Amino acid sequence: MRRTIVVLTVLTLFTLLIAPAALAQDKVVIGVSIPAATHGWTGGINYWARVTQERLKNTYPNLEIILVTAGSAAEQANTLEDLYAIHNIDALVILPFESDPLTDPVEMLKMQGVFITVVDRGLTKEGIADIYVAGDNHAMGRVSGEYMVEALGGKGDIVVLRGIPTVIDNYRFDSFMEVIEGTEINVLDWQYANWNRDDGFQVMQDFLARFPKIDAVWAQDDDVALGVIEAVKQAGREDELFIVGGAGMKEMIKRVMDGDRLIPVDVLYPPAMIATGMEVTALRFVSNASVLGEYILDATLVTPENAHLYYFPDSPF
Amino acid sequence: MNQLTTTRQAKLKELRSRMSWQDVGPFAAVIALMILGTTINPTFLSAANLTNVFTRSAFTGIIAIGATFIIGTGSIDLSVGSMAAFNSGMMIIFMNYLVKTWGASWAVILAAMGLSMVLGAVGGLINGFVITKGRIESFIVTLGTMGIFRSLVTYLADGGTLSLNLSMRGLYRPVYYGTLWGIPIPLIAFFVVAVAGAVLLYKTRFGRYVLAIGSNYDVAHYSAINVNRIRTLTYILQGICVAIATIIYVPRLGSASSTTGLGWELEAIAAVIIGGTAMKGGSAKIWGTVAGAVIFSIIGNILNLSDAISQYLNGAVQGLIIIGAVLLQRTSKDQ
Repeated sequence: MRRTIVVLTVLTLFTLLIAPAALAQDKVVIGVSIPAATHGWTGGINYWARVTQERLKNTYPNLEIILVTAGSAAEQANTLEDLYAIHNIDALVILPFESDPLTDPVEMLKMQGVFITVVDRGLTKEGIADIYVAGDNHAMGRVSGEYMVEALGGKGDIVVLRGIPTVIDNYRFDSFMEVIEGTEINVLDWQYANWNRDDGFQVMQDFLARFPKIDAVWAQDDDVALGVIEAVKQAGREDELFIVGGAGMKEMIKRVMDGDRLIPVDVLYPPAMIATGMEVTALRFVSNASVLGEYILDATLVTPENAHLYYFPDSPF
Repeated sequence: MNQLTTTRQAKLKELRSRMSWQDVGPFAAVIALMILGTTINPTFLSAANLTNVFTRSAFTGIIAIGATFIIGTGSIDLSVGSMAAFNSGMMIIFMNYLVKTWGASWAVILAAMGLSMVLGAVGGLINGFVITKGRIESFIVTLGTMGIFRSLVTYLADGGTLSLNLSMRGLYRPVYYGTLWGIPIPLIAFFVVAVAGAVLLYKTRFGRYVLAIGSNYDVAHYSAINVNRIRTLTYILQGICVAIATIIYVPRLGSASSTTGLGWELEAIAAVIIGGTAMKGGSAKIWGTVAGAVIFSIIGNILNLSDAISQYLNGAVQGLIIIGAVLLQRTSKDQ
């Protein structure tokens, strides 16, 4: 009798342990690995990843989405190992912290047969990513430059506040300068504002003290633009110039929507690109649509006419 | 007898001249930098620009006054920048919450200011308590709390930015942008904190104990000074200084994010050292710290006003000027 109970208990436990695993076999598991929310834009990435996770789970019951964040490139590499070893993922959507250190860890997963989607920052080796989704940094500079030329009638004095010295910043700045080259637009000076509000405020204060006439400001980033606005207000020079930021922060989109004279437009580099990566990856498993390839998102010029399409009041960014 | 008096007098005289240079050194550096700034771009001397520069130095300056006491005891506090960010975030959340029931009024601002002071004092108390009771190096404890405060503000802001309610912004704005008798309010706050710091350091028993602990920990301990209590008090004082800095920082941009106050700890510590306070403790110069904070602000301003230097080298030039300023001060002192 006692033996029967023991055997039965063991069998029951065994079945309980096995059953979910057997069920999980039918599910497609997608791992999503993104940087932790350390500033506004990555905050947006986190928001959109969570929103898309919910949507995909509710729409496709056979999909399981596992979302992990990492505080550094090394930590991200570790989470990739866990995703494969513990969750046995079929696909990986990754926004790499840095391209170089993550290329090998992602390739390891690829060799195990995992479907790979890379978002924003490309890997340094060709042929690993099945899907690549990214914003267009060159276009961001170009679109900003083209608007500048148009709005100023090809003539005027501007100042430029750049980001953190990185390749991304160089792409944007060089493309911007290419567009305004040959016009009569004169860049009085540029300084790094590190994609930071306080730096934007201080650099702009100094530009305002130094130059009696500024027709426009290219702040390249919405956080910097917010600092610039305060400096301009303090100097009481709101009527003399306008500011072009970038990224698509909700506060700035709102200003464009409301027809703020200081912020006539914004240029997108949307954190919602992580949603694109996740949705397209999901399609690979739930439909017969052809999805392999590269997706380069437009650096859309947000104007008062189309701003309502890009205004997401619930997003933290 | 006579000879003895003369040697003593000579020694006294020498001591006095040393003291005076040590006190004057940082101010000489300020004047030298101002001349440099004017030569590079005459705009430097314009009232608007000078007001900007001095007002900007107020945040790190006020924090650095507190840091002068901590460094005076031979300790350090790395958590001030993160604490300022956390305090800013809490103030904004608190005001956005209160404004719903109380409406946009000064009562809301005063309540938030009170919250900031309490948070600052409690934050400092935690630092001081763990350092003294846990017998852990201040560097390690405050490195830890630096990370904790930084992640807390990131968490509160959901990784994004906390923004102050618009109606509150209009009301609170004058605390940063307003003036009293033509002087910007942040500058007045900076001056008041500096005077209070000077009185506390030079005229009270607490100040003498701070320096006694810094010059010789064991002697201070055996002289029946409650070393743990004094050290904890310096951290509370630092927390209150951070709170005051936060109170005038929040109305500037009306927002806080995980990048708020990034690097302020290093600027504050550098201002203290440039001002003539010894890193190992035992001597502290409040007015030197004030000059040190101003020096920092002027260097940044000069770099923005000139296009003679490649922007890629800004950091290098900043480094050279800081080392130069301290070198000038120290070598002159030894002669």
